[in-house]
Amino acid sequence: MITTSIKRRTLLGAGLAGASMLAMPSVLRAQDKSLKVGVYGGYFKTSFDKNIFPEFTKATGIAVESIAEPTGEAWLVQLEQAARAGQAPADVSMMSQVAMLKGQSTQLWTPIDMAKIKNGSNLLDRFVNKYPDGRVAGIGAVSWYITLVTNTDVYKEAPTSWAAFWDPANADKLGLLALVSNSFLLEVTAKTFFGGTNALDTEEGILKVFDKLAEVKPNVRLWYRDEAQFEQSLKSGEIPMGQYYHDVTGLAAADGNPVRSTFPKEGGIQDSGCWALSRASQKSEEAHVFIDYMCQPSIQATLSRKVGTSPTVKREVTDLTDKEFAAVSSDIEPIVPRYDLYQSKSDWLNQKWTELIVG
Amino acid sequence: MRREPPQKLGDYAPLFFPAAMLTIFFVVPFGTMIAVSFFQRLQGGFYTPAFVFDNYARFLSAFFGGVLGFSLFLAVTVAICCVVLALPFTYMLTRMSRKVQVVWLVALLSILSLSEVIIGFAWSTLFSRTAGITNILVALGIMSEAKALTPSFGAVLTGMVYQAFPYTVLVLFPALVRLDPTLTEAARTLGASPLKAFFTVVVPALRNTLTATLIMVFIFALGSYLLPQLLGRPQHWTLSVLITDQAIYQSNMPFAAAMAVFLVLVTLGLVALTVIAGRKGEAA
Repeated sequence: MITTSIKRRTLLGAGLAGASMLAMPSVLRAQDKSLKVGVYGGYFKTSFDKNIFPEFTKATGIAVESIAEPTGEAWLVQLEQAARAGQAPADVSMMSQVAMLKGQSTQLWTPIDMAKIKNGSNLLDRFVNKYPDGRVAGIGAVSWYITLVTNTDVYKEAPTSWAAFWDPANADKLGLLALVSNSFLLEVTAKTFFGGTNALDTEEGILKVFDKLAEVKPNVRLWYRDEAQFEQSLKSGEIPMGQYYHDVTGLAAADGNPVRSTFPKEGGIQDSGCWALSRASQKSEEAHVFIDYMCQPSIQATLSRKVGTSPTVKREVTDLTDKEFAAVSSDIEPIVPRYDLYQSKSDWLNQKWTELIVG
Repeated sequence: MRREPPQKLGDYAPLFFPAAMLTIFFVVPFGTMIAVSFFQRLQGGFYTPAFVFDNYARFLSAFFGGVLGFSLFLAVTVAICCVVLALPFTYMLTRMSRKVQVVWLVALLSILSLSEVIIGFAWSTLFSRTAGITNILVALGIMSEAKALTPSFGAVLTGMVYQAFPYTVLVLFPALVRLDPTLTEAARTLGASPLKAFFTVVVPALRNTLTATLIMVFIFALGSYLLPQLLGRPQHWTLSVLITDQAIYQSNMPFAAAMAVFLVLVTLGLVALTVIAGRKGEAA
């Protein structure tokens, strides 16, 4: 019985400690005006807490309480359920494009008044997320690229096209992302061999793209969910080619690892996150100030330099040098994922994809 | 030690706490999972409470049947490999001095403290072309050039057997220690070789323990989802991997729940069959 009571007490203690940690969010400065902002936990939250939020508070007098959100769609589920109860665990959240569309289906996002976003004109069109009726659901927060990466010891010459994945000479040498909704390989195949992602408009078109993609299978050594697993193998040359994040590959190369990231002539895959406002939030005014602040070219340039993300505003309005811009982006027209498909056909695509790689 | 059947309600008191824990942390979540497995999936959204069989219907296909079959086959293979390796090992261990036993058991216990991630990464390095064991074979002149042994079925099996082996030894150890040594001595006196005595006396005497161990390792291996991803190709992914995909990446909780319920039912069914077969064998 003694051991039991100790266990219970430690359990209680741990529970209390956990609860108090949750109850003590990182408030930067106690002020009258405040805003809860959700960003991806870990590297993103740390970088934003250090480089972005204190400056924002200084400039606007609005205190930011940053909330670590889980990746994947768990945060969307939490926001949705909280909104049904009239609560907002965060006022503004950084959301993936697929999550934006899913939130639209339940009117989760408060439409953004573009009249209040003076810096909105700087944005590239593809970073304004709209409801079908034209109301603005979200504004591009950050974007990043997935590119063609190679080990420089194994490949002396950088490949120039995604078609390298299909080259029989690369048998058993590729590392690719394991999910249809994060690898965006359907878009890559469509752009490389079928003239563009419009080839994915119909189910017949998608099936044709799947058939072409199936030819890659013998070349794939690793279908990865865990980024560390591929990064390690790429550095050692164990798996010398694949798709990976442009920014992280650049950092690895800067550390002296024999890796390179190439923007193929068909373009890199550009994925992005949006700022979106929960309909349960009472802080609409502050949220608009925040989103407007984040759309400033100088802030986007800071994000590129400090966080390694690609700007969501037009390049010419930023003061990024060629070298700084090349470190996070490219002038080649990117492959923009067909997020709509992952909402309207998600189960069918997932089933076909799983059968393709597992079968 | 005196053992009396409990007389009063108070005698059952020590059971209340574990029973409450089991209810809160196992029965309730499992009940929720069964309920969710009948909910209606809303594609491109979430799910709504309902009572539909769609999720089970989607699972009943040749594709998922194949994945389920592979998962069961893998778990059975791991269980058999573990018991075949662990039985002679544990038998010899029990015949050693106390000191040696302690060292071995501590070493085995320390493997249990390793997480699946560490085990997976360690084996993928050992099996790699650039830093793996084949480099040693090349240095010794046995192989002409280093090659990658992962991803492959052999790599998955090795990793999983490595992970389950300590459990197997720890389950077999008490039974083998308690085994009456006079049994084997009698067999030896009657002229059986050590090997023959082992197979005709020790193994049959441990029948029930061996069955229980096989079942335990089987269930343990069935839940594995990280090692098949780290060491195998997609065709070596278990049903648990696909369940994780649905739950975490597709936010399709109803389908993930249905797959999990199905997996539990099949497992329970197989265990029940094994137990029944064991009883019949005993009666005969």
